[in-house]
Amino acid sequence: MLQGIDLDLEAGSCVALLGPSGCGKSTLLRFISGLELPSSGTISLAPGGSGASGASSVHGSAKLAFVFQDAQLLPWRTVIDNVALPLELQGVSRAEARRRARGPLSEVELSDVHDRFPDQLSGGMRMRVSIARALVTEPELLLLDEPFAALDELTRQRLDERLRRLWIARRMTVIFVTHALGEAAFLAERALVMSRRPGRIVLDHRLDLPAQRDMDLRTTPAFVEQTRVLYRALEQHGGLDDSHASTAELGG
Amino acid sequence: MSRAAGSRSEGRAWVSAALPPLLTFVLVIALWEGTLRALRVPAFLVPPPSAVLAAGWLERSALAGALLTTALGACSGFLLSVCLGTLVGLLFSLSRWLERGLYPYALFLQTVPIVAVAPLLVLWFGPGLRAVSVSAFIVSVFPIIANTLAGLRSVDPRLSDLFRLYGAKLGDTVLKLRLPMAIPSMMTGYKVASGLSVIGAIVGEFVAGFSEGNAGLGITVLSSYRQLRTDLLFAAVLLASLLGLSLFALVSLAAGLLLRRLRARG
Repeated sequence: MLQGIDLDLEAGSCVALLGPSGCGKSTLLRFISGLELPSSGTISLAPGGSGASGASSVHGSAKLAFVFQDAQLLPWRTVIDNVALPLELQGVSRAEARRRARGPLSEVELSDVHDRFPDQLSGGMRMRVSIARALVTEPELLLLDEPFAALDELTRQRLDERLRRLWIARRMTVIFVTHALGEAAFLAERALVMSRRPGRIVLDHRLDLPAQRDMDLRTTPAFVEQTRVLYRALEQHGGLDDSHASTAELGG
Repeated sequence: MSRAAGSRSEGRAWVSAALPPLLTFVLVIALWEGTLRALRVPAFLVPPPSAVLAAGWLERSALAGALLTTALGACSGFLLSVCLGTLVGLLFSLSRWLERGLYPYALFLQTVPIVAVAPLLVLWFGPGLRAVSVSAFIVSVFPIIANTLAGLRSVDPRLSDLFRLYGAKLGDTVLKLRLPMAIPSMMTGYKVASGLSVIGAIVGEFVAGFSEGNAGLGITVLSSYRQLRTDLLFAAVLLASLLGLSLFALVSLAAGLLLRRLRARG
């Protein structure tokens, strides 16, 4: 399914993974997270260090967090208890987990709804809770699998901005899968474009954009040029007819 | 003020929910009584509602005793089903091997004609309450196993991934993810089983008879049939259905409260 993928990601970078539907982007993410094991090849994770021993330390100690496409919150838990869940699972007492969940919750600006239930929140708010839950264990590596795909465009752009700010503040490594060219260009320092199956990396592109990014960036010529580079690579490798990318998304 | 308005609209909703079935009931009773009188149908074939009511009132103490006996058999069988069925469903969800090995035989409990095995139950467990309870158990356990299992298996794989990612222990995965996720489905199983357990109890009584003078509604049905006391038979059948309904309502109520509590607890 995946072929000859040889990647080195620097610690603290933000990388976007683009590609046609079913090319194996999500599978690659699952390999990196350790949720699935590749039939051949190795994945080693060593943020801040190097060597094979780093791999097990990251996988074991859950210095890694995953954000799914839908927020995937537990409907019977309040917002704060959803954020506290990872700590509870790691053996932290409920009271202590709750106390430590307050920080991430205020980082996504949801402190005032801490005692609501997920079905009382909007889709964008649920996604923010999901991000806070991922941050609660202070991950060094944050993986996001098409996190905002189900949200409307405006909410998505706001979340992109928020995620970018969180990344800058926390200096963690971020890898995210997306269908949207604009999102990839806006969020990432580096974009990887994958081909149809068997998935290979056909473009490894460093995005030439300023570090300080806001909504206005999306309308600048430099931004449009960067999305065009990604668009061309996707189009060339036959990924456009069944991916969600389209010329309409070029502008971001 | 807003609370008063709220309870008023709640009251209205209650009326609009209760009124249609009530109207149907009154209409059917009136039609039943009227038709029988008009066609002069003999009462031993089909008794009019008034005769059923009169017979029920006349035999009220005997019927009440029978109702209590049947309720005891049905409830004990139902409780047994809830305990064992939930446990078996949980075990099946933990082991594919166990599920594949035993599920077909659990299904057997559902498909076996209970009337045919009831004599065996009397042979094995003795007449009276025990055979009746086991009969109620056999009829009602499978829906609980199936619904518990389906509920426990209904967890979104990505949530399972999340728990795996944080190294959750099996106990945490069951208590904090699978069981809460399964509760609505389990409640459905319990509701179905509660109604079935009354049927199982009546069938059990048909065969198991009675011990220590405690005869259930099943026995009332049999004896009133032999005496062609159709009015009493109708009364007994009616009571048995009411028993099933109230058990169902009770379980539904408990299920509703539990679901609300689960949510409130967070």
